[in-house]
Parts: sequence; C-alpha cells; structure tokens
Amino acid sequence: MAQATTTKTTAKRHPTPALYWGIAIFLAAVTGMEISVPNIDIPDAVKVPLLIVLGAIKFAVVVMFFMHLRYDKKLYRNLFLFGVIGVIPLFTVVLLAMHAFT
Amino acid sequence: MTSEAASAPAQEHHDVRPVRKAAMWVFLGSECMFFGSMIATFLLYRNQTGGGPGADIFNLGFTSVSSFVLLMSSLTMVLAHNAFTNSDARGTRIWLAATALLGITFLAGQIFEFTDFVREGLTISGSSFGSAFFMLTGFHGGHVALGVVMLLAMLYLSFDGRLYDDHGLNVELVGLYWHFVDIVWIVIFTVVYLLQI
Repeated sequence: MAQATTTKTTAKRHPTPALYWGIAIFLAAVTGMEISVPNIDIPDAVKVPLLIVLGAIKFAVVVMFFMHLRYDKKLYRNLFLFGVIGVIPLFTVVLLAMHAFT
Repeated sequence: MTSEAASAPAQEHHDVRPVRKAAMWVFLGSECMFFGSMIATFLLYRNQTGGGPGADIFNLGFTSVSSFVLLMSSLTMVLAHNAFTNSDARGTRIWLAATALLGITFLAGQIFEFTDFVREGLTISGSSFGSAFFMLTGFHGGHVALGVVMLLAMLYLSFDGRLYDDHGLNVELVGLYWHFVDIVWIVIFTVVYLLQI
C-alpha cells in the first residue's frame, strides 16, 4: 500500500510529454547558441566562460528534467552530486598543472 | 488491515527497487569521475600534437549535427519511459526504437569522423593529443554502443511480451544510463570541440 502511494505520488509529480518537448526545444536553442559562439567576434575571455555556462545549462536541464532528479529523492541527487563535485578538484589540479591561472 | 500489516514487512524486505536505483546513481557518479579524469587528460595533452594534426581538423558542423542527434535521443528516451509508465506498449516501442536509431546514427557519425581523422593523419598512436582524443571519444562511443544494445534488448523483450508493467524500473535505469551518456557528450562537445576551435 505504501508502495502504491509512493508510485502514485511520483507519477503525479513527473513532467508531461508537452514539457519534455518544450525542454527539447530549449536544449536545441541552447545548442544553436553554442555552435554560433565560436563564429562571433568576441574576446576569448568572454567566449570561453560563455560556452562553459551554456554547456552547464544543458547539463543541468537534462539531469533535472529528463533524469527526473528534480522530482526524485534527495538521496539520488546527493549520490550523483558527489561524483560531479568530485570532478572539480580534479579539473583544478589539471588547470594548475597547465598554468591556466598564471 | 491485519493482512496488510502482516504483508508490509515482507514486501519491504523484498522491494529492492530503491536500492537498485541508488546503486545506479552511485554508478553514474563514479562514471563522472571516470570521464572527468579522461577529459582532464585531454586538456593536459591538447597542444601536444607532435607536429601532426590537432583540433584544427575538427569539423564543427558535422559534430554539431551528431550532438543534436544525441541530444534529441534523450527526448525520445524520456518519452519511451513516459509511454511505459502509462502502459502504452505501442508508444514505448516507437520511442525505444527511435532512441536506438538515433544512437546508431550518432555512432555511425563517430565512425565516419574517426575514419576521416585517421585519413588526415590523426591516429591514436601518432601523438599525445591523438591518444587522449581517441581514448575519450572512443570510450564515450563504447558507452553509447552499450546503451544501444540495452535499448534493443528492451525492444526485443517488449515485442516478445516479456516487458511487464512491473519492469518500469528497468526501463527507467536504461533511461538514466542513456541520459548520462548524453550529458557526458554535452561536456565533451563543449570542452573538446567548441573550446578548441
């Protein structure tokens, strides 16, 4: 019974196909922006952060809506975030080794 | 009420679905570290082309189309899961087949791209850049191929009448894996292709 209640609650909270299509259109638009950024005449100091932000937006939208992490248990979110956050020190070490901050 | 109370502990004992799902998220978290280390390696060696071709041979237009194909496969996958949740067998089959087809299209594009790069002199053993590039994108391609196999297996089970309503978690776990493959490509596309051009 508890199981049935959980299933019902989860199904109720999940997005509809219409929202999925809307998200796909949004993702396509962001991809279009990404592709056009290298062709725009702007400094690399703007271009690089802009591409990283656009990629991060796509990443977050897929994880939150398509992978349902926004609607699921916090435990799953924390387990995944542990891996994602673990990448940050890894990248920092690499960038330091490449003297990216000097 | 009494029978419910009696069966509840047994049901809880046998319900391993939350554990399986948590295990999948742990796996995906560990995969983040795996691909993170490979992307970091690529960044370290991105300029060590050994006099051979580097990122200048990338065809951004072609890879953009491939990226779009993989991105849209996430939509078809989530629609397949949604159809399964609503007991829509026909919809599930259509969207699973569409996802597998888009995955195969992506893989075909990657094989074409790799062949083109090798023809232009970029090989896995030719330079550190080549090694890092082919290892990263090749491992991702391997993950996509595994995902396609799982999707086709789901499709086969569905046509064979062996994909029942209580297999919702199986479809969801395959979906999570597939979406993960997509988000890894989002990062690879940005770091390896867009930022290098």
